[in-house]
Amino acid sequence: MPDTRYLILAVAVSAAVTWALRALPFTVLAPLRASPVVRYLGARMPAGVMVILCVYCLRDLSLADHRAVAPLAALAVTVGLHLWRRNALLSILGGTAASVLLASTVFPG
Amino acid sequence: MGLGLVPLGLALGVLITHAGLPWWSASLSTAVVYAGSFEFLLVGLLLAAAPLATVALTAFLVNLRHVFYALSFPLERVRGRLGKAYSTFALNDESYALATGARARDWPGERLLWLQVFMQVYWVGGATAGALLGAVVPDSVTGLGFALTALFTVLALDAVRERRGDLPTPLIALLCALTARLVCPGELLPVAFGLFAAALMIRYLTTDRRAHRDA
Repeated sequence: MPDTRYLILAVAVSAAVTWALRALPFTVLAPLRASPVVRYLGARMPAGVMVILCVYCLRDLSLADHRAVAPLAALAVTVGLHLWRRNALLSILGGTAASVLLASTVFPG
Repeated sequence: MGLGLVPLGLALGVLITHAGLPWWSASLSTAVVYAGSFEFLLVGLLLAAAPLATVALTAFLVNLRHVFYALSFPLERVRGRLGKAYSTFALNDESYALATGARARDWPGERLLWLQVFMQVYWVGGATAGALLGAVVPDSVTGLGFALTALFTVLALDAVRERRGDLPTPLIALLCALTARLVCPGELLPVAFGLFAAALMIRYLTTDRRAHRDA
């Protein structure tokens, strides 16, 4: 197990990098916010960014591997629940429960 | 919406304990780093005792997308230096998705700020509880990491729904992500975001600009 000093240092470094990435652009990019290009990008960014993050989460999925069934079925459950009830908590809980159930019992690694 | 962070935090906490890391590292990481997807990756880095430079570079690449959030997050509504400082610190994917959504258009800064505070409380609380519970959850229980995928799926569905007439945007994003996955899976995030931003720029320059006035 890594020692405590290393754990704290690694967390501190991560925190510094993350906050800098979140805070600094507000001063650097502030003059750009009124431009039509930036407003065009800003309106379309959220939907695209979330789609990319979904693909990123599923990046290790191999369709040739039978274990891929668990996350794919869980994804179907999440999407289905969300289109049906539009309740974020329900969709996340349902999808995660399906994933844990399938990955732990039917398709163990 | 923010409550979705509880199962996600629980999942992260259980993963941390199962990896053999001390329970308090779950509380520490969620309290001071507070970047969901990166924290899942951080567990692996800490276990491998990765050099601090590698940790910093991974944090930079995985969280680089937050740079774009400054373009549309309504920070001008949040008042006070301390409020603004916290608001930028807690500007994760979930609070960005919520603050830029249609429902939040008229929310005052105070409401945005409290929302961010509550979301982080759910996150730290969930992860700490998960890390403490992790000891009693058997190792054979896997698949908890899917909570993160489920969260982004929900955020994507809501964001796409808000731009109902604009199907090309999510399709372009999907194409960019799949291309990045094929070409350089190791750098999927920065490559996909770069391609997506470039594709949107091309679309902006090639379509009728007068139509963008009401974008």
